[in-house]
Amino acid sequence: MEETNKMEETTKKEEQTSTQKIGIYLWIWLLLFVLSFFSYMVDWYQFQGMLRWSLILFFMFLKAGLIMAFFMHLFWERYALVNVLLWPMTAIACFIFLMTAEFKYTLFSRFFYFVVGGA
Amino acid sequence: MSEQKIDGFELKPGFKGMASDTGSDQTMFKGVHWGKAMMWIFLLSDTFVFSCFLISYMKGRGSTIVDWPNTSEVFSLYVGGVPVPLLLIAIMTFVLITSSGTMALAVKYGYEKNRKMCGWLILATAVGGLTFVGMQVFEWSKLIHEGVRPWGNPFGASQFGSFFFMITGFHGFHVSIGVIFLFIYTYKVFAGHYESKKRGWFTKMKGDYVEIEILGLYWHFVDLVWVFIFAFFYLW
Repeated sequence: MEETNKMEETTKKEEQTSTQKIGIYLWIWLLLFVLSFFSYMVDWYQFQGMLRWSLILFFMFLKAGLIMAFFMHLFWERYALVNVLLWPMTAIACFIFLMTAEFKYTLFSRFFYFVVGGA
Repeated sequence: MSEQKIDGFELKPGFKGMASDTGSDQTMFKGVHWGKAMMWIFLLSDTFVFSCFLISYMKGRGSTIVDWPNTSEVFSLYVGGVPVPLLLIAIMTFVLITSSGTMALAVKYGYEKNRKMCGWLILATAVGGLTFVGMQVFEWSKLIHEGVRPWGNPFGASQFGSFFFMITGFHGFHVSIGVIFLFIYTYKVFAGHYESKKRGWFTKMKGDYVEIEILGLYWHFVDLVWVFIFAFFYLW
């Protein structure tokens, strides 16, 4: 009786550490290939303007999300870890925002002094 | 993949679980190996490094009054006399994604204690990474031959070279370090270090297949960074 109890316990423990099915990895893998192919096609067909930027960003974020969620297992991690990792990213967004204002100002001053020749 | 049950104690899911994990007056990342938590925190700091590079690239490219080189022409290869835009970069992307997939499977087989399969998949990942670095060496030497320098180039804005060498160089350095570790872990897995419970890196603790997941996190991160470089530097 005790032996079987022990057996049950070990199988239970193995079940706990059991991994995801192989299918999910293969699907994500395939999706990454397809998305990469699409983002290459954006360049191949020489899409320009807003269509180009939005397609590039869309495929990029989708690929990054898939890699982080499934290959890096964040989808299955506890929120304590996920939130510690994802919230600092907002600082990067702030930095991008600040530097966008900065490069516009630099560009303006360069045009103003180098091209126009100042006031 | 953290477990939902520790020592018979059921952990709460979702944001409630986050609140109770954080306020438990105990370890915060419950069921997460310390090495894995440390790798994640390292990767977070690395994210900031690469973000700074890409943001400075944005700032440099945005503020120059000279036209930026057309990347789809600069990085094109001639196949049978016809220029194919970004061909090498596309192949590099596919190679890196392939190696990311084999790494994900290696982690899975590692946790299932399938030693041989895990070892072969890590070896395949290492070979993929090595191929990637090799192609990057080819790309660098081609561009250097064409006269691209950190201070100028024949295609357009002179900032192009410095950003290109800095960003792809730092990424290539990450890949190279990863390849070295992948080969070391191929040896460790095939030698059965995780079955014999030989101790791990810089620690008295016994080795475990969780180390493969930690290695995998690093490798997927390298792939992740390439996704952003590919989008912002090559396609943009």
